[in-house]
Amino acid sequence: MKTSVKTLRLENNIIAKASGEFHGGIYPPENKQQSMTLPVGSLPIPDELIFPLNQHMGAPAEPIVSVGDNVLGGQKIAEAVGMFSATIHASSSGTVSAIEERILPHPSGMSGLCIVIQTDGKHQHIDFQTCDDYLEQEPTELIEKIREAGVTGLGGAGFPTAVKLKPPANDIINTLILNGTECEPYITADHSLMLYHAEEVIASAKLLSHILGNPEHVLIGVEDNKSDAIQALASALKNSAMNNIQIMTFPTKYPSGGEKQLIQLLTGKEVPSGAIPASLGIVMQNVGTAVAAYRAVALGQPLTSRITTLVGEALTTQRNYQVLLGTPIEFALQQAGFDASNNERLIMGGPMMGFTLKELTTPIIKSTNCIIAPSKKELPSPPPAQECIRCGLCSEVCPVSLLPQQLYWYAKAEDYERAQNYNLFDCIECGACSYVCSSNIPLVQYYRATKGSIRQQEQEKIKSDHARQRFEFRQRRFAKAEAEKIAKREARKKAAAKAKQLQAEKLARNPEANKDSTPKCDPVTEAIARVKAKENDPAAQQARLERSINSAKNRMTKLQEKLANAEHDKKNPISAQIKQVEVRLQNAEKQLAEFTSSEVVDDKPTIQDAASSAIEKAKANTAALANMSEKEKLEKQLTSLKQRLKKAHQRLADAEQENNEHLDAFKNSVTKLEQKLKDTQTQLSASTKADKYGLN
Amino acid sequence: MGLINASSPHTHHQRNTADMMQLVIIATTPGFVALSYLFGWGTLINVIIAAIATLASEAFVLKLRNRRVAFYLKDNSALVTAVLLGLALPPYAPWWIVVIGAATAIILAKQLYGGMGLNPFNPAMIAYVVLLISFPIEMTRWISPVNLNTDGQLPSLIETLSAVFNHSSIIDAYTGATPLDVFKNHSGLLVEQIHHQEPLFNHSVFVSVGWEWINLAFLAGGLFLLQQRIFTWHAPVSMLVALTLMSILFYDSGSSTSGGTPLMHLLSGGTMLGAFFIVTDPVSSAVSNKGRIIYGAGIGILIYIIRVWGNYPDAVAFAVLLMNFAAPFIDYYTLPRTYGHTKAESATRRKD
Ligand code: SF4
Ligand code: SF4
Repeated sequence: MKTSVKTLRLENNIIAKASGEFHGGIYPPENKQQSMTLPVGSLPIPDELIFPLNQHMGAPAEPIVSVGDNVLGGQKIAEAVGMFSATIHASSSGTVSAIEERILPHPSGMSGLCIVIQTDGKHQHIDFQTCDDYLEQEPTELIEKIREAGVTGLGGAGFPTAVKLKPPANDIINTLILNGTECEPYITADHSLMLYHAEEVIASAKLLSHILGNPEHVLIGVEDNKSDAIQALASALKNSAMNNIQIMTFPTKYPSGGEKQLIQLLTGKEVPSGAIPASLGIVMQNVGTAVAAYRAVALGQPLTSRITTLVGEALTTQRNYQVLLGTPIEFALQQAGFDASNNERLIMGGPMMGFTLKELTTPIIKSTNCIIAPSKKELPSPPPAQECIRCGLCSEVCPVSLLPQQLYWYAKAEDYERAQNYNLFDCIECGACSYVCSSNIPLVQYYRATKGSIRQQEQEKIKSDHARQRFEFRQRRFAKAEAEKIAKREARKKAAAKAKQLQAEKLARNPEANKDSTPKCDPVTEAIARVKAKENDPAAQQARLERSINSAKNRMTKLQEKLANAEHDKKNPISAQIKQVEVRLQNAEKQLAEFTSSEVVDDKPTIQDAASSAIEKAKANTAALANMSEKEKLEKQLTSLKQRLKKAHQRLADAEQENNEHLDAFKNSVTKLEQKLKDTQTQLSASTKADKYGLN
Repeated sequence: MGLINASSPHTHHQRNTADMMQLVIIATTPGFVALSYLFGWGTLINVIIAAIATLASEAFVLKLRNRRVAFYLKDNSALVTAVLLGLALPPYAPWWIVVIGAATAIILAKQLYGGMGLNPFNPAMIAYVVLLISFPIEMTRWISPVNLNTDGQLPSLIETLSAVFNHSSIIDAYTGATPLDVFKNHSGLLVEQIHHQEPLFNHSVFVSVGWEWINLAFLAGGLFLLQQRIFTWHAPVSMLVALTLMSILFYDSGSSTSGGTPLMHLLSGGTMLGAFFIVTDPVSSAVSNKGRIIYGAGIGILIYIIRVWGNYPDAVAFAVLLMNFAAPFIDYYTLPRTYGHTKAESATRRKD
């Protein structure tokens, strides 16, 4: 199948050979012909379409339809949230049947919110606003249209296209590259697009070039194994009379379609580590993405379908299909004659970088360029891994010149610092190293896991740094407060000593006059007396007891919480603490009970009076309540709750000020009250509504 | 239906470690043939004994370590060690020398470090050095190449077996010096005089009788492996270049203190066997291409130094082991420049 460029007519400047070269690379079996024997087919409309709200890079979209709504094809059903997100459109007409969690086409097999549409089979769509003079329009306007159409990268990660077309203001773009490389084996989606829609590819190049301010170079990069597509593009280009666009071909090698590798191939430049291509003045778009952008602008069509390659020996028909986004994979495969008994795994994407699907029910999304359903023999699992023999095959093929064997060594040893020193984060996870590894080590898997651990570790470090800072700050403040206290005490002691001395001196001078003033003037004795008096004051005493009960209770709840959360081995000490507090609480309660009863005996009349009056009051209240309507009751409850909340807030504020150790408990009670208040309010409004309709 | 969950890539190249090892063994054929032609049955017997002993030792240790014996034996790495050891030892060495060597290579130099891939030193070279130090007489006794023997005779198979297993002294009749021995013991003469006097040299096509062919044969096998992309050119070429440069530098216009001609160094002793079958052992060498150039050059220089100024006539084993020591350090400072980085960095840098 490999056709060299030499067989192509090199028409002056239209087709050129790329002069750049990247390190390494591999030549896996291409397996592209089986899906190219037939032209692009179409699939019937499935009964159900599934639209994950998060099928692009960035924030998930926000649904703007509700269950039961009727929608048309092309109608927006979810809105982008912020700049770094993408809108989603229905791909056929029908009814929104659910907005619920479904399993996503994602390597982790996680689920996420999806809009599910029950189709009506009519395939009606909204009116598309075509536009002919787009080259006269402002780039910002055009970008907005592309954004509105929900265009994201169709080649891989699903990066929102509008964002990429608006490079940082200080990067002057001088090169636009359309990536038609498609270097992964099996996939031919972009190949068919270029072959059958070459004019649109050229038109999209023109559009994007206009948006980017007509950069000096507009290059379309295509591997030399797609000679028919190159020819198609060349003739489309010739007819379009555009002379600044150039088709660049280069030898077929994996991964020449990687963004960084293609830039190196076509321009000879390297994107600096950690930077984006725009910093070199380069913007690159996948050809599929570019055509989607063109259709959004010129035809007014939002992104609702794409070409997807369905391939693999477990299918009777291997070809490209124009599929509606949201089509369940199972449905698509069945149309292609899927033989499930001869299949063990499904790959979304290519065999080098794609991921295995866990569920057949997941849908085709914007970035689904290929689904491989291999027969059991087609892509056998690798034999068990052996030790690395440092043969170096991996480092010979690494396109970014890493030393995969060393990365593996340090990844396995969890030596993250060394792994980073070996530039782990420059690894593009292309899989070339795993492909050639003579010991069948799943190298990329190690790198992914290690990258994940390092990222997590860094996040934790940031968090713990914050916590440490907070803790240290607190320690410092406590230390300061303590020091101040000590200083005050010292000062008081000194003052007392001085006073005593003065007294003594005075006494010495005038013993008669001060004879009985001595006890009166001793501040310490006085203070003690004050405290004693206070302690004996029944009200104060009761308050003190109540306080200690309260604090004990608080402590108890806290401890119980802790116990519930504690690890098994830490449970014992906490239970012991709880026991202690319990005992203390009981004592305090007993004391309080004794105290109150003694008090009652002491001041019988007053208490009784107060009690009876309170009882009277309560009775009256209950009576009043009984007479009140449901609504009034609720209103009353509301006022009291409001008051309580206010008080609670006050207490919380106080607590915050004095850094009370029960701050949490206070906060807790405030939130509880708030919740109660809210509940009552909703009840009230419900009852008001009910009143209105005469239901009560 | 349960779908298999696997990590990318989902396709693999079919050449595995066992195949690569097998190719290495195949590539030793020319050298083996040359050795057998010149010295007789001794080499074959060496290789057979070494193979049995290494496989037995490997199986024994794997059993002790509770590993799947068959799985690991099939990787062919023990066999490679056996072949290399068998080729490096003098033909007609007593059997127990070969067995001790094989056991040392597998148990001490390989399995004690964790098995294939984890050994910091080349097992065959460890074995060779241990034997050379322990049994210097047996290890330096080579017979003369066939065409220097009177009447062109070699020991028969029976004689060979009795020499190897019964320690008979038949072999003594055949012993002769190697070119490197000759040079060591002839100090005081000009290079030209030596070449003139010694049959080992004056009967040769290029530089030394027999040994030149052995080395050329190993060179051929090495070039085959290079063409098969079993290893890259970096380490062997830099070793040969370094050795050549050293011998040019200290040729001293052939004076009596000369170390010998560059050609003699390239085509004598274990030069080519070392360059293409030992220095290229990936496990114990440096990893990056840059690192392998330094590693190979170090070996070339050390070989010359030990050959000319050391106590042993040949030096490949010592030189390789010394550079095995250095390999991890070479690795730290010879990282390739990664895409998008302005320069190559060292692996020991601190994060800033
Ligand atoms: S290809 Fe595999 S065995 Fe060879 S050095 Fe790389 S990781 Fe090790
Ligand atoms: S996966 Fe990473 S380490 Fe392996 S070849 Fe690709 S870029 Fe290099």
